[in-house]
Amino acid sequence: MIIEHAVQIFAFVILTLMTLGGGLAVVTSRNLFHAALFLILSLAGAMGYYVLLDAGFLAVVQLLIYIGAISILILFSIMLTRGLMMPGQVQRNEQWWIAALVVFLTFVVLVVTMWQTVWPIADTEALRAPNIAIAQLGAALVGPYAIPFEVISALLLVALVGAIVLAREEGNQPARADAETGE
Amino acid sequence: MAIPLPWWLTVAAALFAIGLYGVLSRRNAIGVLLGIELMLNAANINLVAFWRYITPQALTGQVFAIFVIGIAAAEAAAGLAIIISAYRRRRTVVVDELDTMRW
Repeated sequence: MIIEHAVQIFAFVILTLMTLGGGLAVVTSRNLFHAALFLILSLAGAMGYYVLLDAGFLAVVQLLIYIGAISILILFSIMLTRGLMMPGQVQRNEQWWIAALVVFLTFVVLVVTMWQTVWPIADTEALRAPNIAIAQLGAALVGPYAIPFEVISALLLVALVGAIVLAREEGNQPARADAETGE
Repeated sequence: MAIPLPWWLTVAAALFAIGLYGVLSRRNAIGVLLGIELMLNAANINLVAFWRYITPQALTGQVFAIFVIGIAAAEAAAGLAIIISAYRRRRTVVVDELDTMRW
């Protein structure tokens, strides 16, 4: 039991370094491509959190959708819009210090609130056995949560069709012609 | 459970704050999107931590986290399409210069 706790705390510290360190690098890195790669590190840290919290299915979903799909999409977009933001160019705007101040105050308020609130933690017996089978999760998605699930599906479909329409090149494309000469 | 709930919430709050800083301070629109992804992840860590510590027998926490991931995917696809479209028409992805709708 003691060893198990020690391992959990060790894993938590490592994952926190990954998640927060990666996150800091995402927002401060001058090279946007590196920022996107650090986002993958941060997302992997979050995936480790899910494993530590006994949410194995979510960890796999995180790996497939975030690390596998969304970050690749972002990397592609960075490469497609490359050339505008050279590495070494200033990547933050003039209000960055106001942003830092606001963010710091937000963080302080959140942390103070969290540590002062008395959370209704479940009893130890329930905490020990959170075994939720993936089958149960699937049944919930088509049972009590069927309508939200369908709404998410429709939203995803609409968003993807919209993305195709937005990113498609038009028939006569003067913009593209000067893009090629402009490079 | 070796780690008390407030530590999870603190880490998630830190990640949220970092993401918010990215959204507010980046000049490149894709950098702003990266910040949004970090914030969504922080929210997800909170959802899962609350599920694990407060209602471990219920399915709500995990189901909601799945919905959040789905919405994040839709947001990333639509947002990146808008950025690529803006790049093609305006030759810029700097948010300060995309000011057509500015009053």
